[in-house]
Order: sequence, then C-alpha cells, then structure tokens
Amino acid sequence: MVLRSARVLQAGPSLGGLPAALQRWVSGPPGGLVLRSLSRDVFQNLALEDWIWDHLVDRDPGGAAGTPRSLLLLWSNSSSVVVGRHQNPWQECDLRLARLRGVPVARRRSGGGTVFHDPGNINLTFFTSRGDHDRQRNLRVVTAALRTLRPGMDVRATDRYDILLDGRYKISGTASRLGRRVAYHHCTLLCSADRGLLSSLLRPTCHGIHSNATPSIPSPVSNLLDHDPSLTSDSILQQLVEQYLAEFGVGPSLVLDVQPSESSFQGLDRSLETLRSWDWTHGKTPPFTVDTTLDLRDTTLDPLDQGETSPSTLVLRDQGSSATVRLEVKAGRLQRCDLRVPPQWLPGASCRELAALLVGSRFCPSEMAAIAAAFLRSGPPDPRLRNLCDNIVALM
Amino acid sequence: MAAVTRCSSQLVRRLLSHQYKRRCFRVQQPRAFLSKLCNARLFHTTSVRLGPIMQFKLSDIGEGIMEVVVKEWYVEEGAKVAQFDSICEVQSDKASVTITSRYDGVIRKLYYAVDETALVGMPLVDIETDTGPEVVQEEDVVETPAMSREEHTHQEIKGHKTQATPAVRRLALENNIKLSEVVGTGKDGRILKEDILNFLAKQTGAILPPSQFLETQTIQKETQQDAPKPDLISKDLTEPLKGFHRAMVKTMSAALMIPHFGLCDEVDISRLVQLRADLKGLSEERGVKLSYMPFFIKAASLGLLHFPVLNASVDEACQNITYKAAHNIGLAMDTRQGLLVPNVKNVQLLSIFDIAKDLNRLQTLGSSGQLGTSDLTGGTFTLSNIGSIGGTYAKPVILPPQVAIGALGKIQILPRFDSNGQLVKAHILNISWSADHRVIDGATMCRFSNLWQQYLENPASMVLDLK
Repeated sequence: MVLRSARVLQAGPSLGGLPAALQRWVSGPPGGLVLRSLSRDVFQNLALEDWIWDHLVDRDPGGAAGTPRSLLLLWSNSSSVVVGRHQNPWQECDLRLARLRGVPVARRRSGGGTVFHDPGNINLTFFTSRGDHDRQRNLRVVTAALRTLRPGMDVRATDRYDILLDGRYKISGTASRLGRRVAYHHCTLLCSADRGLLSSLLRPTCHGIHSNATPSIPSPVSNLLDHDPSLTSDSILQQLVEQYLAEFGVGPSLVLDVQPSESSFQGLDRSLETLRSWDWTHGKTPPFTVDTTLDLRDTTLDPLDQGETSPSTLVLRDQGSSATVRLEVKAGRLQRCDLRVPPQWLPGASCRELAALLVGSRFCPSEMAAIAAAFLRSGPPDPRLRNLCDNIVALM
Repeated sequence: MAAVTRCSSQLVRRLLSHQYKRRCFRVQQPRAFLSKLCNARLFHTTSVRLGPIMQFKLSDIGEGIMEVVVKEWYVEEGAKVAQFDSICEVQSDKASVTITSRYDGVIRKLYYAVDETALVGMPLVDIETDTGPEVVQEEDVVETPAMSREEHTHQEIKGHKTQATPAVRRLALENNIKLSEVVGTGKDGRILKEDILNFLAKQTGAILPPSQFLETQTIQKETQQDAPKPDLISKDLTEPLKGFHRAMVKTMSAALMIPHFGLCDEVDISRLVQLRADLKGLSEERGVKLSYMPFFIKAASLGLLHFPVLNASVDEACQNITYKAAHNIGLAMDTRQGLLVPNVKNVQLLSIFDIAKDLNRLQTLGSSGQLGTSDLTGGTFTLSNIGSIGGTYAKPVILPPQVAIGALGKIQILPRFDSNGQLVKAHILNISWSADHRVIDGATMCRFSNLWQQYLENPASMVLDLK
C-alpha cells in the first residue's frame, strides 16, 4: 500500500526565521551560495556551522536536477583558541594565559590540531554533499584566488591539506567532518593575525601529560600581509567569494551577510549552549594522566600576610621538599589522585584526605581552589598544606 | 503508566495482534528468520535472538582511506539504535567522520575499542534488527549518483520524499494515518514515532503510553532498554558527597564545635543610600561599580580597629588567641561551585573606592569561576550579603579559624519615626552577628555593632576616622 505523501519539502518551521533571500535559495533551484557571518564570537560561529550542517545543506539531496547543494561560509573570530574534536586543551595551549587574557578556548566538531583565531584570520567552510567532498578542489579555490590577486605568489597545497607560502610557511590548515550525506571542509587563512599572541598561547604549560589525544603538529606560520603588505583582508575576502562562485556556482548565485541569532536560525541557542559548556570544551578530552613532581617550599614570613602563620612557627627560608603527583582525568574530571609527600614534610593523612576530596571534581583551577579553601578551613592553619594546594591548583 | 481509554484499547489490541500476521516483505538476507509467534520469547531475557544479526561493515570513507581510528562510541552493547542514529566517531587524517546506523535494532557487538584502528570494509558493529529482513539497505554511507537510485523505503512523489523509518511507517499504516498529515520533528523533517503518537493522541483524545506501541515484542524490549534515569520525583536517590560538598561537611562540622551566640539589630541607612547615589556616578566614571558593600566592609574595619578581638583567631584547642593585624574581610558569595568566601586583603589600608575596585575584581572572577586560592584563603572576618538574595535576620555560622561573622539582610523601606516624632520613610537593613562565645562576650559584640551602625547611619562620621 503506497502512502500518498503530499508533503512539500519547503522551508519548514526550523527555517522560518531565515532571512528572506536565504529562504528563497533553499526552496528554489540550486545555485552557488556564500554566507558571511557578522559575528566575531567563536562559539556563535561554530554553532552556525553546526546549524548549516544540520538544516541547510541536505534539504533536498539529489535535488530536482540532480545537482548537489554546496555553500561556502566565511567567518572570523576575535582572539580565541580552537582545539580539535579529540584533543587535550591542557596539552595544547597555555590555559592560564588564556584565562588571564580573556581568550576563550573552544572545541570544534571536526578533527585535526589546535589553531589560534583572531580577526586577522579568515575561516572558510566548504559544505558539499558527501560524494562531492574534495578538499584539494576547495583548496584550489583559495590558492587560485590568491594567485589572481598577486600573480606569481608561491602558494601551494600539500598532501596534508596545508597551504604553504614560499614552500615553508603555513598560512592555512584544514580539518573536515563527514556525515552520512553531507560533509564540510574548513580551513583557516592567516592574513594578519597576532603572531606573538599565537605563539605564546599555543605553548603548553602542563607537563607530564600522557594521553591518546590527537597531538598537534607545530609548524612555522606566516601572515599573508607580512609577505605582501599591500594586500588587505577585504580584497582577499572578495577574491575568495568570486573564485568560489566561479568554481562551484551553478545557476543564480547569492552572497549574504548573516548574523547568527536564535531568531534567524532556530535551534542555534541549544548548539551554542553545548559549545560554550565546560563539559564540551574541556570535558570532551579523551582520558589522560598527569605524572609530575611538585616543588614544595616554605613561604617566607610576610608581616602583612598573617592569614595562616602564627608567630610561634619558625620558618626557615630555604627549606623545601618535593612531592610526586599522579592524576587520572576522565571526561575532564579527576578519577584518581595520588599524592606522595615525604611524611616529615606533611602528615600522610592530610594529603590522603585532600586527595580524596579532589577526586570527582572537574580538572579546573577554580573548582580545585574552592575545594582546597574549604579543606584548609576545616583544620588548623598550615602553610605547608596551603603551599601544596597552591601547587596542585597551579598544575591546571 | 497513563490510563488507556476505551476506544484506544482497541488500537492496542490491533497493534499487538499485528505480530501474528505475516506481512509481505522483501527478503534481503538469506538468513533464517525466527518466527515472531514464539510465546516463550516473551519471558526470556536478552539472550534470545529476535531477528537476524546484521554485520555493519565500515564503508568506504573516500579519498582512498583504508583505516581510521575509532575516537568515541555513542552506543554500547545492548543499546537500542534507530536507523540514522549516530553510532561512533572515527578520525582519519584531520577528517572526523560520524558513522550512522543503517538499521533499527540492538547493538550486539562492538568490534573496536576507543583509539583502536578500524579497517574499511571490515565489520564495525553487529546489530540485531527487530524488523527483520524487511529493513532494506539504506543509501550507503558514500553517496554516489548510482547508489542513490537504489530501492529504498522512502516514498517518492514527484521528487519529494517523506522520511520515516520502516517501524514508523508500519505504525502509521496500522492506524490508517497518512504520513503527509503528520508533522515530522526529527532531523530534516523526518517523522518519528513520537510524531505518530502525538497525532494519534490528538485524534482519539487519549494520552497513550508510548512504550506499548513501539515494537511488537514489547515486554522483551523492556529488558533490553538502557538503564532508566533516576526519577527524582518518585524515587529516593542516594549518591555519595564528593569534592567541594564533602569538604564543606568537614568545615561546617568544625564550625559548629564553636559555641555561637547571636546578636541582631537594625540599621537605618537612609543617609548611606543618598551618599551612594551621589558617589555612584563618580565611581563609574573611574570604571568601578559601587554597591553598598564597600561601605559595610570599611565600617566593619573601622570598628575592628576599636575591637581587635573580633579580628582574632583561636587555635583548635582554644589555648592561644592571635590578634591579626590585617583586616582581611571576606564576602560570602553564591557561585556555581557553591558557597565561596573570597576576601579583600588589608581593608584597614584601603579606601572605599579601593575596596569597591577589589570587590569588582572578585565578583568577576567569582562569576567566571576563576577565583584562586589566595583570594579564597586568609580571611579574618566575614560578612555575608544574604540579603541580596532575600531574608531579613539570619543565624550565620562562623568560618573557622575566625571568631565572628555578620549577615546582612535585605534593605527594606519601612516607616519609622524620626527625631522630631514625624513618620518618615526609612531604608532599614537588618544585621545578624554571630561570635565565638569562648573569647567574645555579648557586650563586646554589642558595642562593635553599635559603632558599625553609627558609621553607617551617619556616613560623614567615617570621614573623621578614615586613615
């Protein structure tokens, strides 16, 4: 019995908020589409990428004329660090510096290594059907665009889908995501990024990590504008759009600026919430262990810092000890904590108690600090215990 | 379970009787198909096979890739999956691939662990299908034009497709529902089982329990479902106290060993309200938000200069008392982690503007979860602004090793008589002090409270004593 289906595949409730021009593209014949995000927020842009993946690309697989729907998303972010789907942020960047500078750490859904984004970096996401997924073709759009702007510029795509300038400097890295029917390939393009901040942020500070997370492969990078100061980001963007439409555009083309917001892209907020959550950015790290030693030292007696010491405690300036720490972290939470402190430095019972309290909490300094503070308050003031706590928190 | 009304029980009977009807279907696999009429199966555990086990091979990823690393499993053995559900995430050379299920059924075997290398063309999972050979191979993972023309269960009318799994289609068929009339809420507008049930519920006016309808072997399915999530409304939930909460247990137990006594009072801060209103603009010009807390904190510090015993600390055996020179006044904050008490160091040396600046910094760190140990430890006296959430009088608990604490209630506008006997509107704040009765007596606490109150009721008097 054949069920008659009169349901027309058109802009359903989830697409109702889209700008009118985009709705027409969705329900009209296939054509080339370039979207430019107006947002500089890395989470909003990643959420937009997800949204397009879920809602826009596979609307009519095969299409009336059998041509796949493809689109290009262009986006830039304010300073942020973006780690790959299966990476370990503690292993990839200086999280403390990132916190200090207010640089968010995001995790994207595609694999690959860690990158630094800022307004001087252009991100391109090529959406195609699964069968049409061809990274070299996409990268040719980029290299052809650059060569059109500056004929003779030595930009080449490698086997690993990087783009090298002058055969040495990496100006673009790639990652992709393949689903059942659709695929995307996104890449960066360094135009005028802050290289100083890039190198200081992408320097890991947590040592002693053992994990199976995907490691990043560091490469020397360069900005296009360093190579040729007469280039501008705008001219590069413009040329990229033209080259894309020339390569992929079939039929009428559309270039549209979009603001990722819940009203236009229904369902965006939920994706945004996931991407912003600690459980995603840090909690999705594959299990790892940290094996390191802590340098414990007696703090010198500061007349104004009398929170913990009482005058009767004699403090020798250069007395110190070292403790070994072994932490097992799974899903961003501490599963096991082994603290080995010499018994003459600190009683084993206190250390074991501290270790037991830390288990189960998130591997992040604020939670650890809160637990340490509550723990320190529950017993008599002990500067060595406090020093141990400070050292443990500093690991993260 | 929800009650089933009379008219819908007929539907239940019709659906349950479905299992006894042979249906005409295309047999894709040459395996033996176990009869669905076996009653003994209804009482068995999961070890009984229901339908054929399909070996789901890892299909071609494309680009000549022959092996991938399994990065994450979204299912486990024994879990139910529906067609198109994500099964796992694999990674190959910067490409992250989501593998989706081709069948409805139950996962029987996972061939790889996380971080193992899986080979293209080799089995990835075994799925025991419940709809039997009726399930036709959905379009393969790699879509090429030739394969997309393969037979599939999507209805095609003039190029438009209605997406629904075979189980959903059968459900609709049983109930004479046109899929075109049902609004699909799944991905890409796909019609899900819930959509059919909602449609039915609207039609019959009954709330139908979903689990009765879904598969033919209903009782069997219950034993195979995922462990039910704890229902906090109807069942007790016990879990161990971990981490921060466990530490708090110890702290609070130690705190209540201290013999507390309380003293409460009310403070008329009408003049302070006016002063703050005057100074707020100036402070914001300097980039700092000014609340009432800096005034409360500074007034407390000025009072502590006259009553240093309140800024002291006793050791555990209560044998020695230490009078602390620094006024590190803590402010109890309600954060995501729970109750945190960051403190402003050396208030005796700071101006009200400095205190406000430091409070801003602590509040920003607190809300973003970035307070460090130095901010959280070393406090000598604490104020809790519980009134910002609510409450008038409180009974605060002293945080060891301190000896006193104050809780500020909410600011209320109440009628009071002024010095001329006139009824005026007054801004009233209630303060509740607690102190360690081993070292502090009521008279000391009361005098301190009066001094604090005096500073706040007449803010100009603070100017006389500011250093």
